[in-house]
Amino acid sequence: MEFSPNIVGFACQWCTYAGADLAGNLRCKYPSTVKLIKVPCSGRVEPEYVMQALARGADGVFVGGCHFGDCHYKTGNYKTSRRMMLLTKLLSDMGIAKDRFRLEWISGAEGKKFAETITEYTEQVKKIGPNLFKGGK
Amino acid sequence: MKKIEINPITRLEGHGKIAIFLNDDGNVDEAFFQVVELRGYENFLQGMPIEEVPRTVSTICGVCRGVHFTSAMKASDQIYGVEPTPVAKKLRELFFNAHYVEDHAVVLYALGLPDFVVGPEAPAAERNLVGLVKAVGAEIGRDVLTKRASAVKIFEMLGGKPIHPVAAVPGGWSKKITEAERQQLIAWSKDLVELGKLTINVFDKIVLQNPKYMELVTGDMYKVTTNYMGTVNEKGQIAYYDGIQKVVDPKGKEIASFTGKEYLDVISERVVPWSYLKVPYLKQMGWKGIVEGAGTSLYSVGPLARFNVGNGMDTPLAQEAYEQFMDTFASRPVHYVQAYHWARAIELLNAAEKCFQLAQDPELTDPNTRAELGKVTGEGVGITEAPRGTLIHHYKTDDKGIVTNANLIVATTHNKGPINIAVRKAAKHFIKDGKVDDGILNYIEMGFRPYDLCLACATHAVGQAQTPLSIDVFDSQGALHKTLNNF
Amino acid sequence: MADKIKFAFLLAGGCAGCEMAMVDMSEKLLSALDHLEIVFWAPTVADVKYKDLEAMEDGSIDLAFIDGMIRSSEHEHITRILRAKSKILVAFGACAALGGIPGMANQHTKKEIFNQSYFDTFSTDNPDKVVPQTTTRVDGKYELTLPEFYENVLRIQDVAEVDYFVGGCPPHHDFIAKAVEAIIAGNLPPKGSWLTSGKAVCDVCKRNPANKDMARTQVFESKRIVDGEPDPDICLLQQGYLCLGPITQGDCGASCLNVNMPCRGCGGPIPGVKDYGARAISAIGSILGSEEAAVQLMEKFPDLTKLVYRYSLPSSLLASKEK
Repeated sequence: MEFSPNIVGFACQWCTYAGADLAGNLRCKYPSTVKLIKVPCSGRVEPEYVMQALARGADGVFVGGCHFGDCHYKTGNYKTSRRMMLLTKLLSDMGIAKDRFRLEWISGAEGKKFAETITEYTEQVKKIGPNLFKGGK
Repeated sequence: MKKIEINPITRLEGHGKIAIFLNDDGNVDEAFFQVVELRGYENFLQGMPIEEVPRTVSTICGVCRGVHFTSAMKASDQIYGVEPTPVAKKLRELFFNAHYVEDHAVVLYALGLPDFVVGPEAPAAERNLVGLVKAVGAEIGRDVLTKRASAVKIFEMLGGKPIHPVAAVPGGWSKKITEAERQQLIAWSKDLVELGKLTINVFDKIVLQNPKYMELVTGDMYKVTTNYMGTVNEKGQIAYYDGIQKVVDPKGKEIASFTGKEYLDVISERVVPWSYLKVPYLKQMGWKGIVEGAGTSLYSVGPLARFNVGNGMDTPLAQEAYEQFMDTFASRPVHYVQAYHWARAIELLNAAEKCFQLAQDPELTDPNTRAELGKVTGEGVGITEAPRGTLIHHYKTDDKGIVTNANLIVATTHNKGPINIAVRKAAKHFIKDGKVDDGILNYIEMGFRPYDLCLACATHAVGQAQTPLSIDVFDSQGALHKTLNNF
Repeated sequence: MADKIKFAFLLAGGCAGCEMAMVDMSEKLLSALDHLEIVFWAPTVADVKYKDLEAMEDGSIDLAFIDGMIRSSEHEHITRILRAKSKILVAFGACAALGGIPGMANQHTKKEIFNQSYFDTFSTDNPDKVVPQTTTRVDGKYELTLPEFYENVLRIQDVAEVDYFVGGCPPHHDFIAKAVEAIIAGNLPPKGSWLTSGKAVCDVCKRNPANKDMARTQVFESKRIVDGEPDPDICLLQQGYLCLGPITQGDCGASCLNVNMPCRGCGGPIPGVKDYGARAISAIGSILGSEEAAVQLMEKFPDLTKLVYRYSLPSSLLASKEK
């Protein structure tokens, strides 16, 4: 049976979540592997949430926010960027496979980009394989 | 063969047990001192900046609460190619000597002396610090604890925390002292000298003037003849923070001398299957097994070893006590293990006097506590005399000062072989015809207590016990009897 | 006068520093002993052995502290026994509560660590590749056993139910005195709590910019302790030194800051933190002013876990290492 990754996604309501909605309106196809959680800003996503998702068996975690300069709260996404750079390194130091965590900047107008990103990311996670916390290899 | 296990051994730092085997006559055939814990430091220090290492390795041991910190700090000086500034050196020495006072005080009053004050065969529930305080009286007990607390205060003011200090920087010390603080240091040091004098008195009254105890102190049952290793200054006097490492043979003749990385030419460590602790021995003599006497390649460290290697002490009251010590024993080196406690009491006084000397120096308030760092050399060895013996920290780093490799040879480790002999001899002497009780087992534990074990220190490394590769079986002379492989 | 509280202290896989901190209470310890009866303190202080502990009645010990983490079958075994014999069990100190500094060993596989100690260290002489065994027969007649060592470091709560947690490496003896007084007076929070003043290190630190009505500024350079000498009056985090004070419990009174050194988190996480290392990343990430500063940090600390999980790796949400 083919491995269908279970991906948790945090999407900021002003940009990425709107982009996901737009992808739906445009009928852009993308796999149903991502469970999206709407947050007011990507800066609201604590690195802990990413870890919690991985600890509970998520095969991948995705965080989407506004492009620099577009953040509704002005500075939120800058903080996201720096936090997530450090988090990416920390996860790698802890032996978590690279690319189980993905950060993307996707605006409300980029419905197509959203669909393409999710499709590409799903393939990437499929290649890595299931999360070890679920008893994968 | 009947096996008796003392588990755990108590009134020491760390986890160990003693296994005693009785033959059919009820007499001791063999005894083993096993260390049952491991930690992992040499491995996980890799990837850390060297300046973060002292406060991290300090946690190897909370009784030797400042020694790993100090050795690692000295190694970090070498890694940055720098000498500490003069005031930094003085602050480090004052800090280290205060540690000696509080540490030796804990060992004497809480771990070792209860056997003498309360009695070796007293009920187990009373053979401890609480029992000691009851026996000497609450007033003296309070006095000892309060004066010792002054040592901890010096340690905390200089090091940041009362246990596991943080003030190390390569080439310096992170804390500067104000004049008001220096006056405080002088006042606390005075307490320490009083504690030193009191401790010598207590030891004199309780042990030296008690003929029954002196039988234990000068008897063959607690005599272990080995080589000795310690650190001395340029005058050959016993030194703690800095100096030259020397080794003397069982007759007192100097057979080796080293500083820094040269330790690798002098010391080797042997792995045995029945203990997590490796057994060091003198490389130049080769592995002879766990044996004592002429020709042994084992060596001891710690207060008694330092007394055998050095020619005296660098402070007046302690020097007086040292001379009295040497006059009591017929010859030197002194091989009587219980004498460790006496040497310890004298070192306490010596360190206290040094604290007082160093605190008087007005230069202590010099704000220039950090030297400018040189280029990263990539390797450093820091050797100090911890209260329990010679302590070696050896680090290699990359060109940014990030640790790539570490080797630690810790004080108690050196004593692994001698302790095994002490325990074996005590067991053979005290267990006869199968008679074993709590008091007799305590006499056997008194074989290791004077060495002031720190097993968390000794077993800073980690091994695994699930995939045997090869078992070497040694006979009681230490010769290889048989090798078993499972591959 | 009420009966004395029956008290026990066990050293698991730790360094005994937490026990020494209790001894450092000095004259306050003697006063506390008016209310405490020490029925077990092994292996450090009292001669009561494991077999004596096993013989005690369940629940007969009123208060038990454990310091140190779990690394061997012996640690786990005695911890479970002590739990059965005790009414209240306290995970005492950073190792017991969080895994402690030895917890960093979880970053390395058992095989790597084993090779280092018994083969690769510079002075080891091991020509026949001997390794310690759980059971050995010496000379064909002496059977010796050693406890089994675990793949990973565990916390006390991973093997037994813990009633209270105390942070610190070790907790300061003044704090212990306060905690012991509270216990003797019966003033305890709900079970499962940390015993703490509830303040973060920043709250009690003299350098806190908020106490000087200063606004927080962003940091554009990440520094190691060897990068220059810090100003002793200004917040270290603001100077670029990575101080973990904002997310650490401050029962220590900001000890390290008093000697111009940054906090490394031994006091344990402030309430509400699920993963100490992740929260540290979050706090540091917020104050960095540029991507360059973040890159610089990662270059200076090549293994980030050893900075942000110095005391708490076994308590991470991602506690076992994925290969």
